[in-house]
Amino acid sequence: MAERLVGADIAPPDLHAKITGRARYAEDFRAPGMVFAKLLLSPMPHARVRRVDASRALAMEGVIDILRADEVPSRDGPREACLTDTPRYEGEPILAVAAVDEETAAAAIEAIEIDFEPLPFVIDPLESLRPGGPNAYVDGNQFSGQDGWSDFKWTDTDFANVDAGQMPDPSCPVDWTKGDPEAAFAESALVLEETIVHQSLTHHPMEPRSNMAYWEGETLHAFVSTQSSQQTKFALAGALQIDPENINLVSEYCGGGFGSKIAGTTVMQIPALLSRKINRPVMLRITRYEENYVGRARPGFQTWLKMGFLQDGKCNAIDLIIVQESGPYGAGDFNTAGMIADLTYTPQNMRFRGVSMYTNTPPKAAQRGPGGAQIISMMEPILEKAGRELGVDRFDIHRMNAPRGDVQFGPRNATLTSVHAVEALDQGREMFDWDAKLAISGQRNGSKVTGVGIGLSPYTAGSRGRDGMMIIRPDGKLYVHQGIGNLGTHSIADTARPAAEVLGYNWEDVEIVWGNSARAYPRSTVQAGSQTTTAHTRANHAAATDALRKIREVAAQALGGSPSDYSVGSGRVSGPGGAMTLGRIAERAIAMGGEYSGEVLPEDVHAQTVPAAQMLSGEGLMGIARDNYGGQGNIYSWVAGFAMVELDEETGVVELKEYVGVTDCGTVIHPRNLGAQVFGGSIQGMGMAMTQRWVFDPQWGVPFANRFYTARPPGFLDIPAKLKWGAVGIPDPQDPVGAKGIGEPPVGAGAAALTSAIADAMGGRCVCRTPLTPDILLAEIEGRPMYGRLEQHVG
Amino acid sequence: MDQEESVSVLEEKYSRRTFIKGVIATGATASSAGYLFRGSPLLGAATYQTATERLITLNVNGQERRVDVLPHETLAMTLRYKLGLTGTKLGCDRAECGACTVLIDGVSQYACSMLTHQVRGRSVGTIEGLEDADTGELSVVQRAVMEEGGFQCAFCAPGFIMAMTEMIEVNPNPTREEARLALSGNLCRCADYDKILTCAMRSAELARSV
Ligand code: FES
Ligand code: FES
Repeated sequence: MAERLVGADIAPPDLHAKITGRARYAEDFRAPGMVFAKLLLSPMPHARVRRVDASRALAMEGVIDILRADEVPSRDGPREACLTDTPRYEGEPILAVAAVDEETAAAAIEAIEIDFEPLPFVIDPLESLRPGGPNAYVDGNQFSGQDGWSDFKWTDTDFANVDAGQMPDPSCPVDWTKGDPEAAFAESALVLEETIVHQSLTHHPMEPRSNMAYWEGETLHAFVSTQSSQQTKFALAGALQIDPENINLVSEYCGGGFGSKIAGTTVMQIPALLSRKINRPVMLRITRYEENYVGRARPGFQTWLKMGFLQDGKCNAIDLIIVQESGPYGAGDFNTAGMIADLTYTPQNMRFRGVSMYTNTPPKAAQRGPGGAQIISMMEPILEKAGRELGVDRFDIHRMNAPRGDVQFGPRNATLTSVHAVEALDQGREMFDWDAKLAISGQRNGSKVTGVGIGLSPYTAGSRGRDGMMIIRPDGKLYVHQGIGNLGTHSIADTARPAAEVLGYNWEDVEIVWGNSARAYPRSTVQAGSQTTTAHTRANHAAATDALRKIREVAAQALGGSPSDYSVGSGRVSGPGGAMTLGRIAERAIAMGGEYSGEVLPEDVHAQTVPAAQMLSGEGLMGIARDNYGGQGNIYSWVAGFAMVELDEETGVVELKEYVGVTDCGTVIHPRNLGAQVFGGSIQGMGMAMTQRWVFDPQWGVPFANRFYTARPPGFLDIPAKLKWGAVGIPDPQDPVGAKGIGEPPVGAGAAALTSAIADAMGGRCVCRTPLTPDILLAEIEGRPMYGRLEQHVG
Repeated sequence: MDQEESVSVLEEKYSRRTFIKGVIATGATASSAGYLFRGSPLLGAATYQTATERLITLNVNGQERRVDVLPHETLAMTLRYKLGLTGTKLGCDRAECGACTVLIDGVSQYACSMLTHQVRGRSVGTIEGLEDADTGELSVVQRAVMEEGGFQCAFCAPGFIMAMTEMIEVNPNPTREEARLALSGNLCRCADYDKILTCAMRSAELARSV
C-alpha cells in the first residue's frame, strides 16, 4: 500500500538547494563574456525625450552599446514598451547601456546628455476627473480600442458634492445595478455613508526582477525571474515577436512575485534585445530602488460607500463608487472589488460604479487578492460599525451577512462551486476565543487600549481545462512535467501529489520536472490568481488517470487477462497473469509505441502541449490529458481572520497581539504549507493596512516612499506574537481532488482584521484610510486629521 | 564594556556611516558606487589609482582565496561575482533586508554594506560553507529547516540561515521571543516568519543535543 500523499507535510523537493545556496535565481546565472546593462530612468513623471546625445558615453572605455526606445517593440495606446521616449512615470526606463561592468554602465548613463520636454501630469486620479483637470496622457484620460482616446470628466455638480463631503452621483464607465437599491435604502434601519481611501503599494518581492539573456543563433536563452513558466515563455515570445520555440526560458527559482511577475516580460525584453544587438550575454540587475519603479504596484482606491442594514444587522443595500489609481497602463482591480462587495455582504440590492483613471505613477498590476484585498480591508470596519450601532454582536453581523451555498453575486449572478465562509467564521471564533476577547475589547492598560476585529475575505481560487503531462521511464520513476512556476508556493510539487496517489507511487519515486522550457511543459495556467492548486491537481489527476489506464492495458497485453483485473501500487502492476515493475511497463510501452509512449496524442490537448509532448514521446509510458472534469460556477476560497491589537494612544503605535486565520479552501493537500500561505498572505495584508506607504510630492510627481526603509513590509517584530491557523477542510464537490487555491484571500483577511481591530481600539471610530501608520493614527486620536478625507498618495 | 566602547563597537559593526566613510576613502561616489558591480580589472586600474592593495587574500568558508578587489567593492559583490558564491543574495543593496547576511568572525553582517577590504584577515562564512565539506552533511540549522519545511520562495533563506547560525552560538537556549529579536535584522517578504521561527527553535534544540 503506497503512502497517503494528500494531507501530509512533505518538504518540497527543491528545499535542499534553497538552503545550501545551490538554488539558482535569475541573477545567479553567468555566461562567458557576460556584460552588464544599466537603465536610464525618467527623472519626471510625464515627458517627451527631445534629444539624446550618447557620444560621450559611447566613447568611454568599456562601454559597448546603447539600446534606445526605437529599437524595441513599440506599443500603441496606454500599453507599455520596455523602453520609451515618452515616459509616463518617474522611473520609467528610457534607454539601456551595456558595458563591461555595471559601474562603467552607470558612469555611461551619467555621461549621456538627454533633454526632456516636461508634460502635464496627474498623480491623484480625482484631479484628472475634475473639469479642466490634467490628464496622464497628452490625448486624454480614457482609452478604448475602438474609439481611441477621450477626455472623461465628472461634472461641476459632482465635484460640488465631493468637495462638500457628500456622495456624488457621477457617471462612470462601469455602472451596474442589482435589485432596487433606492427602495432598499428606504427600508434600512441604518444607513452608513463613508469615504474611504486605500493607498497604492508596491509589490516588492524579495528578489528584484534582475535577469540575464543571450542568443545562440536564433535561440534566445533567457534566465528570468517570473511567477509562471510555460506561459511566460509564450508571453515573452509575443512581446519580442519571435517564435516561442526559439526561446529557452530558464526559471528554476523565483524569489516571490505576488502578482508582479505573473509573466513579468517588460523588463525581460531589455537584456534580450540588448544581447541580440551586441551579440554578448547581458545581465540586467534591478536594484531595490529600481524595483520600486518598474516592479508593479497595487492600485489605490478612493471610494464612496453607502451601506444599508435592517434592524437585525442584515445588509440590504450597497451603493459603491470606486475611483481607481491605475498608473499609466491600467488595472482591473476595481471591477473585482465591486463583485466581492456583493459576494461578501449579499445585499441583494446593489449599485456599483467604477472608473479606472490613468495616472503618472509606477505601473499597476494584480497584487495578491487584487481588488478583493482592498475592498475587504475598507468595508469590514464599516460592517462592524453597523453592528455596534445596531447593537448586534460583531461576530454575528459577519456571520449573518456571509454567503451560503446558493449565493449569486455580481451583475450576472455568478455562482460558486462551494462556499464554507460560515464554517470558517465559526471555527475561527472558537480558535480565537472571540467571546473572551470581546470581553477585553476597549480595556485600558496605561495609554494602551485593546481592540479586536474580524476580516472575512474571499477570492477566486481556481480554473479548469489545462493539460497534464507525465511520463514513467524505464527507471520506474514517475516524472511529472510542471509548466507552472516555482515562486515559493510549492505548487510545483504539491499539485503532483494527487496524481502520484492515483498511480500508487511512493513520493521518493516521483520526480518533478520544472524550471527550464527545454524540459518540456504541457499547457499550464499562469501562476496567478490562486489558480494552480485547482487547475493542476485536476490536470495532473487527469494525466495520471490516463497513465493508469495505459499501464493496465500494457500489463494485460504482456501478462494476459483484462486490463481491469490489474492493480497498480508502489511501482508495480499486478493481476491474474503475474506482476511487473512499472519500469518494465515503461519499456513495453516504448516498444508498443502509439498512445502508450506518447507518439499519438489525445486530440483535445492544447496546441502548446503538442511540441512539448513530442519532445518526450518514445521515452516511456506517457500519461497526458486535458482536464475535462468540467464544473459549474466560480471556484472561490475564503479566509476568516481574527485579530487582537493594542493601540498606544500616546504614540499611535499599534502592537499586534494575536491573529487567527481559518480558511475554506477545500481539500488540504499540504497542511504546513497551507498554514504558511494563510499566515504569509495575512501578514502581507497587515503590512498593507499598517506600514506600506505610497507617498508622492504632488508638485513634482516624485515618489518618496520608494524603498523597504520608507515603505516597510512587516518584519519579525511587527507580526503578532501569537499566530494560529485552521482549515475547514470540506472538499469542493465539483472537483476530483476537491482542493481550491489559497494564495489570494488571506491578504484581505489579515488587512481587514486589523483595520477592524484598530477601529475597535479607537472606540469604534473608523479612520477610513490606509495605511494606518502611527502618525496618521495619532493625529486622528488627537482630532486633527492629517489629510483630507479623499487625499491620495499622502501616506 | 563601558557605554562609550559599546557604542563604538556597535558603530563599527552596523553603521552605514562606517561603510560610506570606507567608500569615500576610495574616491568613489558614496551614493551608488558600492552597490554596483565593477568587474574589469583593466578599467579599475585605469580609473582608480589609490594606495589600497588590490590583490588580497580572503578567508572564505575556511579557505584562503586570492582575489582582485577594487577599493570600494562590497563583500556581496566579491562573493557573488568574483568568487562564484551566489548563495548570498541581494534583496536591497542597502542594509534594509538582510538577504545578504554573512558571518564575519562569527558575527552576522550585511555583505552588501561592507567593503571587501574591511574583512581582510577575518573569517567570512557564507551559506555555501555550512555543509560539511567532506561528507556533505548539513549544519544543524539546515537540518532544522529541512525538518520543518522552512521558507517559501527562499530568497531570504541564506540570510536567515546565517543569522540563525549566529543565534544558536550566542544564545543556545532562546525563547521564541528572543529568537524573534535575534532574527529581526532579516526581512521575509513571503512572511514565512512563523515557520522560520520554528526552524530557529528547532536549530537550537538540535545544537543542544549534539
Ligand atoms: S541586500 Fe544587504 S541588507 Fe538587503
Ligand atoms: S521565503 Fe520568500 S522572502 Fe522569505
